[in-house]
Amino acid sequence: MKAAIAFWAILAKDMRNYYLKPPNISWGIIFPVSWTLMFFLRSRGAPMDIKDLLPGVMAMSVLFGTTSMLAVTITFEKRHRSFERLLLAPIGLNLLMLAKTSGAITFGVINSAVPIVLASFLVDLSGTTWLTVLPAVLFIAMSSTFLGLFIAVSVSEVFEAQTFSNFFRFPMVFLCGLFLPLGDLPAVIRPLSYVLPLTYGNDLLRHAFLGAGVLNPAVSWVMLALFTALLFAMSIRNAKRSWIS
Amino acid sequence: MTSAVLDVRDLTKHYGDVVAVDGVSFRVGAGEIFGFLGPNGAGKTTTINALTGLVDPTGGEISVLGLAYPGHISEAQGHIGVVPDESNLYGEMDGFGNLCFCAALYGLPRRVREPRARELLDRFDLAEVGRRPFAAYSRGMKRKLTIAAALIHRPQILFLDEPTTGIDVASARQIRRLLGDLNADGVTIFLTTHYIEEAERLCHRIAFIVAGRIVRIDTKESLLAEADGSSSLLLALDGNLEEGARLLGESFPDIAIARNPEGNLLLTAADELELLPLLQRLNEGGVKVYEARIARPSLEDVFVRVTGIEAREMKAAEGRGRG
Ligand SMILES: Nc1ncnc2c1ncn2[C@@H]1O[C@H](COP(=O)(O)OP(=O)(O)OP(=O)(O)O)[C@@H](O)[C@H]1O
Ligand SMILES: [Mg+2]
Repeated sequence: MKAAIAFWAILAKDMRNYYLKPPNISWGIIFPVSWTLMFFLRSRGAPMDIKDLLPGVMAMSVLFGTTSMLAVTITFEKRHRSFERLLLAPIGLNLLMLAKTSGAITFGVINSAVPIVLASFLVDLSGTTWLTVLPAVLFIAMSSTFLGLFIAVSVSEVFEAQTFSNFFRFPMVFLCGLFLPLGDLPAVIRPLSYVLPLTYGNDLLRHAFLGAGVLNPAVSWVMLALFTALLFAMSIRNAKRSWIS
Repeated sequence: MTSAVLDVRDLTKHYGDVVAVDGVSFRVGAGEIFGFLGPNGAGKTTTINALTGLVDPTGGEISVLGLAYPGHISEAQGHIGVVPDESNLYGEMDGFGNLCFCAALYGLPRRVREPRARELLDRFDLAEVGRRPFAAYSRGMKRKLTIAAALIHRPQILFLDEPTTGIDVASARQIRRLLGDLNADGVTIFLTTHYIEEAERLCHRIAFIVAGRIVRIDTKESLLAEADGSSSLLLALDGNLEEGARLLGESFPDIAIARNPEGNLLLTAADELELLPLLQRLNEGGVKVYEARIARPSLEDVFVRVTGIEAREMKAAEGRGRG
């Protein structure tokens, strides 16, 4: 009960103080909206094209909405030492990290709704397997957030957090089959795609919207779960080493 | 000291080659005000951080309220309050919001934390600024709110890292009074300071810490009693302080010699100081003495003698450290 109160307080504060602040909301909305529009305009409104682009745009919105936000907020709180408050609270590091990441995850999931809403005006989404969409988005949000956590633990300055996030996520846009089919990637760099969780999340979304992906969904679920758990465990381990040193 | 609420044995902390804390052991009983007194870089903050779970010690054992670290840190953290050397509340949140947030971190439900936050704002004379963002507080207000935040969950032990450094005399006095009241209510207090007067005024027991080691630990009364037996002498010289200190230091190795800002030499010895030999030695060395005066024995004398550090040096270092 006490832990639940602490968890909720941390999540609510982050939502209020960071994620739902106007500049961030506008970034969270403008970014997916402009990418969506750009791609949709390029496809000249051909219905199949829009549906084909939707999974990639969603995956990218989630990726960009989560990774740097978490890395930046944690680095910011560490700089201002308010992060110490959280480390002094009688909750374990695992719960603290879950609370800190829940805000970013929620924000990422909300971000993914923007392209869906836009697309729903332009194409018929009735054939979509929504039961796959939600967990897939959730997994993408979790793995991207934990990637952000991993970055936050590794840096000490806000600008480093930003740079480091971009270092990961821009290549991911190309490597994870978001807009470029995995099969079109040169064979030498294709192995990289398979060690990035976004590849699996994106493929699941393609199954859900288009009924066709290149990977076996069962494999994708397992890989996503593994990556999520692994990134979280690594972040916790590193956090113990670098924050309580 | 039948029930130790803090029990620290051989606490050591290395940062690479730097030995921040070097085998520190002490116990603090329930209801005590215990002070760590030492100069900059002595290892005070590192020790507090180890006791509150922010630093992972290199060696040694810590138990807080009978809860052994590191296994029971979280549990212990529920019963301790921490006031860090610099305020660490959220600048963008107001005073009331900060207190409520801290209360929630300790699991206090809303119906408890809001009245508790108001009560503390009142107690610390901050009710009027309760709705102002923390970033807009003055330094003294910040420190008071930080103490209030540390008390929100009614901790049994309160840790304070230099609670009155950098704030004005009136606020410092108010804080000391509040700490006294808290202690009267049964809260055990562990504080660090480099103000000797503060340690003397507040603490029941004091540890002198220098370069990561405790060089002396005793009750204030015993330390002062020691000062009573000793004697202190102020000598006003004709300006040649260096030479005077050198001459006396060579001839009277048992006397601790310090310089005060007024340009006098402060001599302290464990027993009666004989004036005549001192004057003779200075005279032989060609140093003139204008005035010799008996000084009131204080904790400062004991500190200077035990640590070899002048109180003035600690203050000067603080001035440099804080700009
Ligand atoms: N994170 C760290 N990395 C490396 N060295 C450190 C670290 N923290 C403290 N130290 C070193 O350990 C020693 C003790 O530092 P500490 O902050 O505990 O001293 P202090 O008694 O609190 O001093 P002050 O009065 O200036 O606050 C110092 O030499 C300091 O430089
Ligand atoms: Mg310190």
